[in-house]
Amino acid sequence: MDFASIDPTTVIYNLMIAATPILFAALGELVVEKSGVLNLGVEGMMIMGAICGFAISVETGSSYVGFIAAALGGAILSIIFAIMTQYFLANQVASGLALTLFGLGLAALLGHSYTGQVPPEVSKLSVPVLSSIPIFGKMFFNHDFFVYCSLALVFFIWFFLAKTRLGLIVQAVGENHDSAHAIGYNVTKIRFFSILFGGALAGLGGGYLSLIRVPQWTEGMTAGAGWIALAIVVFSTWQPWRLILGAYIFGGITILQLNLQAIGVNIDVALLSMTPYVVTIVALVLMSVNRSKKSIGAPGSLGKSFIKVL
Amino acid sequence: MKIIKFLSLISLFFVGVMSSVQATELKVGFIYVNPVGENTGWDYQHDQGRKAVENAYGNKVETSYVEAVPEGADAERVMTQMALSGHDMIFATSFGFMDPVMNVAAKFPNVKFEHATGYKRADNVATYSARFYEGRSVIGHIAGRMTKTNTIGYIASYPIPEVIRGINSAYLAAKAVNPNIKFKIVWVFTWFDPAKEADAASTLIDQGADMIMQHTDSTAAMTIAEERGVYAFGQASDMKKFGPRAQLTSIIDDWAPYYVERVGKALDGTWKSEDTWDGLAPGMAAISDFSNEIPETVRKEAQDLHDAIASGTVHSFTGPINKQDGSTWLAAGETADDGTLLGMNFYVEGIDGDIPQ
Repeated sequence: MDFASIDPTTVIYNLMIAATPILFAALGELVVEKSGVLNLGVEGMMIMGAICGFAISVETGSSYVGFIAAALGGAILSIIFAIMTQYFLANQVASGLALTLFGLGLAALLGHSYTGQVPPEVSKLSVPVLSSIPIFGKMFFNHDFFVYCSLALVFFIWFFLAKTRLGLIVQAVGENHDSAHAIGYNVTKIRFFSILFGGALAGLGGGYLSLIRVPQWTEGMTAGAGWIALAIVVFSTWQPWRLILGAYIFGGITILQLNLQAIGVNIDVALLSMTPYVVTIVALVLMSVNRSKKSIGAPGSLGKSFIKVL
Repeated sequence: MKIIKFLSLISLFFVGVMSSVQATELKVGFIYVNPVGENTGWDYQHDQGRKAVENAYGNKVETSYVEAVPEGADAERVMTQMALSGHDMIFATSFGFMDPVMNVAAKFPNVKFEHATGYKRADNVATYSARFYEGRSVIGHIAGRMTKTNTIGYIASYPIPEVIRGINSAYLAAKAVNPNIKFKIVWVFTWFDPAKEADAASTLIDQGADMIMQHTDSTAAMTIAEERGVYAFGQASDMKKFGPRAQLTSIIDDWAPYYVERVGKALDGTWKSEDTWDGLAPGMAAISDFSNEIPETVRKEAQDLHDAIASGTVHSFTGPINKQDGSTWLAAGETADDGTLLGMNFYVEGIDGDIPQ
């Protein structure tokens, strides 16, 4: 066994690419959950983004137009969920699961003729001076635009939620929708747009998968990434910064296990693939020791339908 | 019960829709484990075989297919529907359909079943497979001669004899022309997961592999090889479209001659249950055109090796060969028997690492 042939630089480089789709989707879901809505349809919205982005970029020849289409695809699918849960007050868990199943099926249908096509290439965006730093340059500053974009979004979403008036309103709606309503905020409208935003980011994550990471369209290609994104939101205890940690740990496990195998270490793949979920469960157990939802940072009204009395 | 009735009506409807309504002598059904796809892959190659049958027999034969059938109870349901809707012959094209085929075949003794890559047979169940390992000898030879880093990356699916045989065959051929060759093997535990296959290819390239072989179905690894400037060998179909520069050649599954022959036998009443295992000779396993990236001399050597295997003068597993633990497997000049090959569960000497259990 030759551990020296694992190059930490390329492991970290690949890890960031593997983590980016999940980070996008998790960021979107974080905002949705901060507004008090639990959308389990992340997987479905991701795969819709993957096919919409792929199809449009193949047709137009532009991957950036493709990414816009990916975001739109995810957002349009999430409208169904938003209408069902916000206006018809359907159960959020059931609606979310249905959205996942629907999205997977619809994407397979839409993508039938796109199997085996080649999308336009997305060029790497080397950061001028920084990318020539010996080791760190290759690790961090030689990625495509969307890797930086996902990291920048973490900052913007943190800033939005913590420092802007609108962000605080979103949080207020998520913590206690009755109070937020009582002081005059339109709970339904705020949640509606949060869901749309979450759908757009999940779509973007899917688009990253089909346009950059693989890059190809195949049925069922998200292969559970949406569920991992959901787990990471819980793991992060609804803190934007910790999402990076969660997504990168997951990406790291994926990449590291392949590297270990290539040097001949015999490891149990099934064990490793369940690690992110185990870590999430352990994190939840540790954080909920004093049994109040508050202590783990979950929004107070998470998953509850808002019924307007007056 | 009502819902089951409803569901079976629906599936009956779909099977019915796919087959047209006209009087024919023989109705032939195909079930595929994945979507057929447009250009490449295991299922696409089987569907090419189906089309060849239609072209060969015209109105005498009518074919239908059901794609993306999960292995297990669903497969049993689909085949039962096919048998009930008047199919006389059913091709089940994935290893995992084996037990469903046996169950359905027992219920419909008059329907002829053909199961790919399986080992269970009955009076109305024949099996067929291709000696892909013969093709892997050819690509192993090319890789051994062309690698600069002496490192070959191998993306393996599941640790079953079929896959292990391919690794051993490619390794022996590469080792024969390049004593310093090293194989790095990654098991991805899937036949088809583009993201995982892409990651595996990147990892292998990062670790010094400049030739990528795959025993998985997607074209993701080929795309990555093209992007990263290394060479790769396609699997199942010609993958040149995904690696115009990267693909040196491809191992191609060509089921058409076999399907045409078997359907012909069913038509004239001479069909009986058999076990077919053909290789390069009849072209069930074929090698696509050699890329111009391969030096002239190597191309010629590879073609000679191909022809020698096809004519039977060379066997991919010819002794002396030791097992990985150093014990003797084949003495000098001895060739492997089919029984051992079909159940192969060990690496040959020189390959690092363990086969996962």
